[in-house]
Amino acid sequence: MGMTMTQKILAAAAGLDKVEAGQLIEAKLDLVLGNDITSPVAIHEMEKFQKKDVFDKDKIALVMDHFIPNKDIKSAEHCKCVREFACAHDITNYFDVGEMGIEHALLPEKGLVVAGDVVIGADSHTCTYGALGAFSTGVGSTDMAAGMATGKAWFKVPPAIKFNLTGRLPKWVSGKDVILHIIGMIGVDGALYKSMEFTGDGVASLSMDDRFTIANMAIEAGGKNGIFPVDEKAEAYMKEHSARSYKIYEADPDAVYEEEYTINLSELKPTVAFPHLPENTKTIDEITEDVKIDQSVIGSCTNGRMDDLRAAAEILKGRKVKKGVRCIVIPATQAIYLQAMEEGLLKIFIEAGAVVSTPTCGPCLGGYMGILAAGERCISTTNRNFVGRMGHVDSEVYLASPAVAAASAVTGKISSPEELEA
Amino acid sequence: MQAKGRVFKYGDNVDTDVIIPARYLNSSDPVELATHCMEDIDKDFVKKVQKGDIIVANKNFGCGSSREHAPIAIKAAGVSCVIAETFARIFYRNSINIGLPIIECPEAAKDIEDGDEVEIDFDSGMIYDRTKGTEYKGQAFPEFMQKIIKAEGLINYINQQ
Repeated sequence: MGMTMTQKILAAAAGLDKVEAGQLIEAKLDLVLGNDITSPVAIHEMEKFQKKDVFDKDKIALVMDHFIPNKDIKSAEHCKCVREFACAHDITNYFDVGEMGIEHALLPEKGLVVAGDVVIGADSHTCTYGALGAFSTGVGSTDMAAGMATGKAWFKVPPAIKFNLTGRLPKWVSGKDVILHIIGMIGVDGALYKSMEFTGDGVASLSMDDRFTIANMAIEAGGKNGIFPVDEKAEAYMKEHSARSYKIYEADPDAVYEEEYTINLSELKPTVAFPHLPENTKTIDEITEDVKIDQSVIGSCTNGRMDDLRAAAEILKGRKVKKGVRCIVIPATQAIYLQAMEEGLLKIFIEAGAVVSTPTCGPCLGGYMGILAAGERCISTTNRNFVGRMGHVDSEVYLASPAVAAASAVTGKISSPEELEA
Repeated sequence: MQAKGRVFKYGDNVDTDVIIPARYLNSSDPVELATHCMEDIDKDFVKKVQKGDIIVANKNFGCGSSREHAPIAIKAAGVSCVIAETFARIFYRNSINIGLPIIECPEAAKDIEDGDEVEIDFDSGMIYDRTKGTEYKGQAFPEFMQKIIKAEGLINYINQQ
């Protein structure tokens, strides 16, 4: 019985020839991540350890991204706590205002994650790095603390679901639509405790940004991780961004999958998740009623990368955000911000009547920078539309791609990009 | 180890955003977090909950964000145990790591109703609904996780190694 890609990476990290689903293992970690919300809790837990030192100052990443630049005094205290810890332990990869970006866009960009790595992060969207052929998964602050102290974590080896991708995405259909389609199909617990392994001929046509978006939302199906095979595109990305050597793992031909799905990318349509679960999906042509919006957010660890900003700019160029709608664009990192500026995208956004923010998770989790009032509706390229996620408990979030969020900002209701071209 | 209390019953997919909304995550103080526990799904929870009470829910309890603030808030609110049909995996890990008792038991999750008086024996994994006079066997933890729970959390467990 063969191993899946995830199982092979975990076996190697545990120093074992073979692992199987359900087995409890202890694996060596290549990187431990935390942010300004989860790290203070972990740092507090660290104080309880008999051993006070970190396992490797180069293998810890602390990214201030959720409530920064500090939104209030308490957030400032949290960042101060992490800053002092980073300074005391001489943490190499500490990213504060001016250098920071949204963690899951930043780490691959900085070359801190490569294929074959085992990464834990005290943030549920840590699963993003599966796009690079790494095993990465979200954990809580105590796991982060233990990881920082010991360089190890315990895992239950997951079984897997295989998603065989074929065909090629049509115009205006992106990685976001692929993952929303999948979550709509299997549900928010459809991959509970499992790996989501994406494979097939269709993978080659997906950009790295599309793959990051797809792996990012594996958690919204309950998945432990989402992972892609390492192809030329992934290798080119890693060579461009990282000096580290990487290791490519492939699933065995006789690997066992609990379920298998085939998805023809050519047949997918722009997809929107209605409140209040990411599984409540409709394709754009299934939305027959007018769903008026008050706000459109384009950004986040899911959709704040160059492909996303380019798609939004293509729609907003020469058009105006509808009066009464607030459109907030958030490049995910400083490098993306700069690139968007150099490509003239920021000018397009501002001329269209959108605002452009410094990198922050801000509105995605109802932190700041775009909070909704009672009864308000937002179309958002973020990853969750739970009750109260972006503000008032009686507000609503609709999840969509950057193209759909931009088109909707123009029309003031949930719209297909094609409607604007007609 | 035993628990006894009144049940607060919830449905499917109770996410960590409703357990502790992100607008309160600028604090990491358990006592403060507890004052907002379950606020966006049940405004009266913090007014009514008493030490020892039990949360029962259906599938995928604790889905969404990895925030450990969620099990911390539940524990600090006085809840002695969460019973669910299934748990989201990060919440499951976090609960074990901080020493909040949780039990997966689909039958109990289905039958037990809001307000029932329930007793739990953690050693045997038995759940007794004293209001209904019914009993259920919860799924036992693997030995490794039992050791973490007995040590009252991952950090103590590692310190003991």
